[in-house]
Amino acid sequence: MAVLQCNALQLRYTGMMPEAPPLLSARGVTKYYEGIPGCRNVSFEVWPGEVLGIVGESGSGKTTVLNCISARLEPTSGTVEYATRHDGPADIYRMSEPARRLLMRTDWGFVHQNPREGLRMGVSAGANIGERLMAVGARHYGNIRQAATDWLDKVEMDTGRMDDLPFTFSGGMQQRLQIARNLVTAPRIVFMDEPTGGLDVSVQARLLDLLRGLVSDLGLAAVIVTHDLAVARLLSHRLLVMRRGEVVESGLTDQVLDDPQHPYSQLLVSSVIHP
Amino acid sequence: MAEDGYNFAYLDEQTKRMIRRAILKAVAIPGYQVPFGSREMPLPYGWGTGGIQVTASIIGRDDTLKVIDQGADDTVNAVSIRKFFARTAGVGTTERTEDATILQTRHRIPETPLGPGQILVYQVPIPEPLRWLEPREAETRKMHALEEYGVMHVRLYEDIARFGHIATSYDYPVRVNGRYLMRPSPIPKFDNPKMDRSPALQLFGAGREKRIYAIPPHTGVRSLDFDDHPFEVQKWEDVCALCGSGESFLDEIVTDDRGGRMFVCSDTDYCGRRREAGHTGPATRDPEGSGA
Ligand SMILES: Nc1ncnc2c1ncn2[C@@H]1O[C@H](COP(=O)(O)OP(=O)(O)O)[C@@H](O)[C@H]1O
Ligand SMILES: [Mg+2]
Ligand SMILES: [Zn+2]
Repeated sequence: MAVLQCNALQLRYTGMMPEAPPLLSARGVTKYYEGIPGCRNVSFEVWPGEVLGIVGESGSGKTTVLNCISARLEPTSGTVEYATRHDGPADIYRMSEPARRLLMRTDWGFVHQNPREGLRMGVSAGANIGERLMAVGARHYGNIRQAATDWLDKVEMDTGRMDDLPFTFSGGMQQRLQIARNLVTAPRIVFMDEPTGGLDVSVQARLLDLLRGLVSDLGLAAVIVTHDLAVARLLSHRLLVMRRGEVVESGLTDQVLDDPQHPYSQLLVSSVIHP
Repeated sequence: MAEDGYNFAYLDEQTKRMIRRAILKAVAIPGYQVPFGSREMPLPYGWGTGGIQVTASIIGRDDTLKVIDQGADDTVNAVSIRKFFARTAGVGTTERTEDATILQTRHRIPETPLGPGQILVYQVPIPEPLRWLEPREAETRKMHALEEYGVMHVRLYEDIARFGHIATSYDYPVRVNGRYLMRPSPIPKFDNPKMDRSPALQLFGAGREKRIYAIPPHTGVRSLDFDDHPFEVQKWEDVCALCGSGESFLDEIVTDDRGGRMFVCSDTDYCGRRREAGHTGPATRDPEGSGA
């Protein structure tokens, strides 16, 4: 049963690849923090509609890679290219700053582990969702409000709480709000750093279901950083395993998790199976 | 004549030149905040030291100065600033809006329309319109440079969500010349339309934050709004109790300790001159009426 499911996923996934060029490609991405390596020589592609998981223990460089590929942290060396809608592939650190910032708040989303970093805590849930729309020129209050209602609905939140401030929501709800706030501009790729990190197991499970549904319904590409292999298995089509700043193994999620090749991946997987 | 012991208009000439350079730059880039090296003034911040430094740098011996605070010429703040310039620059002062060549103001624009050649100097407490959402100066500078102003509407959105309309009524944000986002200082939004295409030069001085900005004559100034919630100014049911004006900005004043109150023009020069010209209001028309 499980085997059948993952085969179907692999077929769907491999079937996508030849149709479009990669949405994002990282080549030789290396980041040193004042001499200390954060990540070294990391290369991979993300294809349209694909969910890429980055796993590895704490300190292995996952967040560093995510920040480097999402224009939040310029690598010491290496390049990151993104397939822009109008001008094709472009080096995200070479394009003009206005172009990059526009990309970051329209075509991209970023979901932080801590919702406080991703939400504007001083304004209502509705304003949090509407902000990106206003940032790209929406000037009709009624339409902005309608979009906020629709998105609260899509992330399964109570639309009656649209005017409430973020701190009045639970952690899980804040995370949903952060997701809605990012997806409202219909981005093509979303970067997530431990999106279910601080949550209770049952809350985490519901959020993962929601994320999985949204990603597949919207055909979103996503890069999800997690130290939790269960999260990676549930959400991602393909995995990178990181250790000490380097990618030690990559491949389709089920292949990596069911038949890890690198000794470190084997250790990582076995530590989950035999805790 | 100015009293001995002061340089003309208090500031030394080098400081004035530095401030004039900042003003010229501000005029060249309407709405853009130009940093300047604010000097210690013999008044604490909050008393209009930014506006005073601007006025001191542009005032000449032939100028006639008017100073208002909340629309009135006779408040402590307005009187002390007027005296300051009478003493240090020996210039003539006036309460009549049209007779002034320089008008320094806190919280109002006079009702009498300004004309060409006049300069309105605003005292500004907080110059940065984006500060409420972004505490970092480097980031707000970038937002200005890249015209990333969409988030300013988040504030107006919150107003409507909470109150059903845009409740912001003072220091209402504007776009100057279709470009820079600007705080007009805490004037009522009632005054915002007066900034638009005014034939007068408008200069803004923030002493504590050391910024100067400007609206050159005949420059477009647009108040932010939504398509379905257009910008509107305050309106009153009443007219001025003293002069009967239905067009001016009204202050509510308490007339006795039994809850009596009336609405009167906040612009004392405008109101007084209307009364001199024979206009009356509910309180002055009827001898048996309330409050008279
Ligand atoms: N801002 C920083 N300054 C210095 N070193 C850092 C910084 N951020 C991360 N590092 C170091 O880089 C390595 C990778 O960290 P990180 O990317 O946060 O890993 P992960 O997300 O996998 O836990 C670690 O050794 C960490 O200590
Ligand atoms: Mg991390
Ligand atoms: Zn009056």
